[in-house]
Amino acid sequence: MKKLTVSLAVVAFLGACGSADEEQTVTILTHDSFVLSEDQIAAFEEESGYTLRTIAPGDGGVLVNQLILNRDNPQADGVFGIDTFIVRTVLDEGLLAPYTSPLLPESAADLVVDESLTPIDQGDVCINIDTAWFEDEGMTPPVTLDDLTEYASLLAVIDPETSSPGYAFLAATATAYGDEWEEYWAGLLEGGARVSSGWSDAYYADFSGADGNGPYPLVLSYSSSPAAAEGTSYLPDTCVRQVEYAGVVENAANPEGAQAFIDFMLSDDVQSTIPENMYMYPVNDEVELPDAWQQVAELSDAAIRVDPSQLDRRDLLERFAQLR
Amino acid sequence: MTAWRTAWTAAVILPVAFLAVFFLYPTGTMLWRGIWDGGFDLEGMVEVMTSRRTWLVTGQTLVQAALGTIGAILVGVPGAYILYRCSFPFQKAARALATIPFVLPTVVVGVAFRSLLGRGGTLEFLGLDQTITAVILALVFFNYAVVVRTVGSMWQSLDPQAVQAARTLGASPRRAFLTVTLPQLAPAIASSGAIVFLFCSTSYGLVRTLGSPGYGTLETEIWRQSTSLLDNRTAAILSLLQIVIVIATLLVSERLSSRVGRLNLRNHHTTPLTKGDVIPAGITALTILTLIAAPLLSLIARSFRVGDGWGLENYRLLRTSGTGFAGGATVVEAIGNSLRIGLIATVLSLIIGIPLALVLSRSVRGPAAAGQSVLAGAILLPLGVSAVTVGFGFSIALDSPPLDLRNSPLLVPIAQAVVALPLVVRSLTPTLSAIAPGRREAAATLGASPWRVLATIDGPFLLRGLGVAVGFAYATSLGEFGATSFLARPDNQTLPVMIVRLLGRPGESNYGMAMAGAVVLALLAASIMAAAEAARKDTR
Repeated sequence: MKKLTVSLAVVAFLGACGSADEEQTVTILTHDSFVLSEDQIAAFEEESGYTLRTIAPGDGGVLVNQLILNRDNPQADGVFGIDTFIVRTVLDEGLLAPYTSPLLPESAADLVVDESLTPIDQGDVCINIDTAWFEDEGMTPPVTLDDLTEYASLLAVIDPETSSPGYAFLAATATAYGDEWEEYWAGLLEGGARVSSGWSDAYYADFSGADGNGPYPLVLSYSSSPAAAEGTSYLPDTCVRQVEYAGVVENAANPEGAQAFIDFMLSDDVQSTIPENMYMYPVNDEVELPDAWQQVAELSDAAIRVDPSQLDRRDLLERFAQLR
Repeated sequence: MTAWRTAWTAAVILPVAFLAVFFLYPTGTMLWRGIWDGGFDLEGMVEVMTSRRTWLVTGQTLVQAALGTIGAILVGVPGAYILYRCSFPFQKAARALATIPFVLPTVVVGVAFRSLLGRGGTLEFLGLDQTITAVILALVFFNYAVVVRTVGSMWQSLDPQAVQAARTLGASPRRAFLTVTLPQLAPAIASSGAIVFLFCSTSYGLVRTLGSPGYGTLETEIWRQSTSLLDNRTAAILSLLQIVIVIATLLVSERLSSRVGRLNLRNHHTTPLTKGDVIPAGITALTILTLIAAPLLSLIARSFRVGDGWGLENYRLLRTSGTGFAGGATVVEAIGNSLRIGLIATVLSLIIGIPLALVLSRSVRGPAAAGQSVLAGAILLPLGVSAVTVGFGFSIALDSPPLDLRNSPLLVPIAQAVVALPLVVRSLTPTLSAIAPGRREAAATLGASPWRVLATIDGPFLLRGLGVAVGFAYATSLGEFGATSFLARPDNQTLPVMIVRLLGRPGESNYGMAMAGAVVLALLAASIMAAAEAARKDTR
């Protein structure tokens, strides 16, 4: 039995190490595309006096489920990476404590959906187009969602069940077409639209632009994608706005630390590196975008804005599954 | 004898406690939370179990796993014969080549197949990219070595006299094989088949990198339910369904492999290749050249591809965290993390695995024997429980002192050790079981202390198996993706996790970097395995 006692003692000791210096540490749950440079982390720790610890277990869905499961004993103080399309679940479940950063820039005021969510960055999910392909074929490119039905055989979209841009596009069509969205999709699918399983499959394997040689000159991606792929562009009228929020976790051990982190994410320095670090746009419109983005990848003026409270994720996905 | 008894009790309790705390407790908590939501929800269970999708997914999982297993056996049995029973020049090299796929991380296998079948790949014209056929081919590729090694080492030790007798009595070579050799090999085939079936039915990283075609498998469906639909109840019920399949597989395999009489085993019997061996030799050559070598070569070739030309650029970029993105861990740092985490995981799995193997290799009778076989089955369970269930389980069960491991750097190595444990134990037990019990008793009767018996009788055998066990543990941990991706934090990102993230990022060089990273990972896993095997002392 001695060995057991020893091993349990070792485990207990290790456990104790894990939970030491609780007051000075701030733990933030993020999605797996979250990036801050080492200098930025050092700056935050210097300014706030907290040690930053981030946990990135997966995409937005994993984050929210982790928050739900750990509700009574949350692991994180704050969370970053909750997007427009999962906001409703977060609010319905009451996972966050009220906090809206006082540093929120004016340009982000209309992105606020609830006092517990501070918008940090945003982006547009849009149909991208291989402009060269359309020129070579002498075809007029599509402009609107309606037009896409005619071009369905040239279009690669992404499975909304397994990918967040895929779901964003489904939500966009549900917003634009109301109850008739299923007919719209039936048209796309019958017309031969490809449903890829993930963003990289769609963009790299199916799309004909972006140094690929796939068969589809139209692909679902982001408004920022053309900045990294010459000869491509996006269709502004097909875009849907995606905002990423940060919040303070309900029952957090260190809510002040989480607040400090949220404020930090709105600082000019972090806002200006969001395009390079996370391929999103800052919510502060006074921050300058990189040159390449200014040329071909500005946010769309015509983006569809969904109302998160109207999105019944489960219902949409189940009805979508019936269509396939 | 009290010292004996205390030592054995500890040897049982330590591994059982480890598995209980780090596997059964978190997994059980997660499953319980999913099913018991303030009360038992029978209606919900019926709803999931009668849903069409549940059965489509289960069907695809079983068909995919069955075809993968049958494929691996069909090409693996001739391979076992040629590579282990026959002798020819460069046999060692051929064996090594055949073994490489198994030590490759599943993510690398997925990437290798995509580089062959996908965009710009040599076999793109076949149109197999993102199809179930591609998944099955990858499963056969991955598991070929399991069948070849398990069946091969058995075949090598079969006494050739039985076949010779049958031939003398007028049996054709085919008849002699079907009526004499095959029944003798059946337990080895069944046992390797069961392991292959388990790997196939729960493969996550492979199916995910290949694009999860069709309805997906139980493993990907559990992932989808809990992380996309946030439906933990359905995920838990599907997890239970998966566990039932695993247990059924183990029972069938146990049944098939125990149906064997005493075999007259000899050491290392090989014969030179003859004209009669042309069919199995042809199948094996074809398998190794096309199925095994082609994806590997394609992966290597793709990693040197830069724009329209060739070069080392993708390898140079491994010092960065990717193009188009700044900050975050670089690939070189991820390699360092992988090696360090793998080392800790290997040590942990040996600390737990060695006592367990010693316990399982003792011949005991009565209720102890029943306990022994339950334990032997239970350690295989980690291979059959969804990574997302284990991952969420860790975060909700190990969340308060003294076991608040959620922020501990040991979390990932512990999870990997749990996954590697079955292979460690499986590679140690056979050599230890080969020790005649009489030798230990004789030593004890002559006055040797239990520790001395252990050191002098078991020790040498243990050392012999240890090389392979270390190799398996390290390679498994290097390649583990499901649980690691779930628990990984930015500062301890491993190479497989990094490769998958690179594959999903925009920027022209990220795909090339993923390929280069995969080649590095494959080289690391294969050389660790090779070094561990070379260090093995063969006392025969």
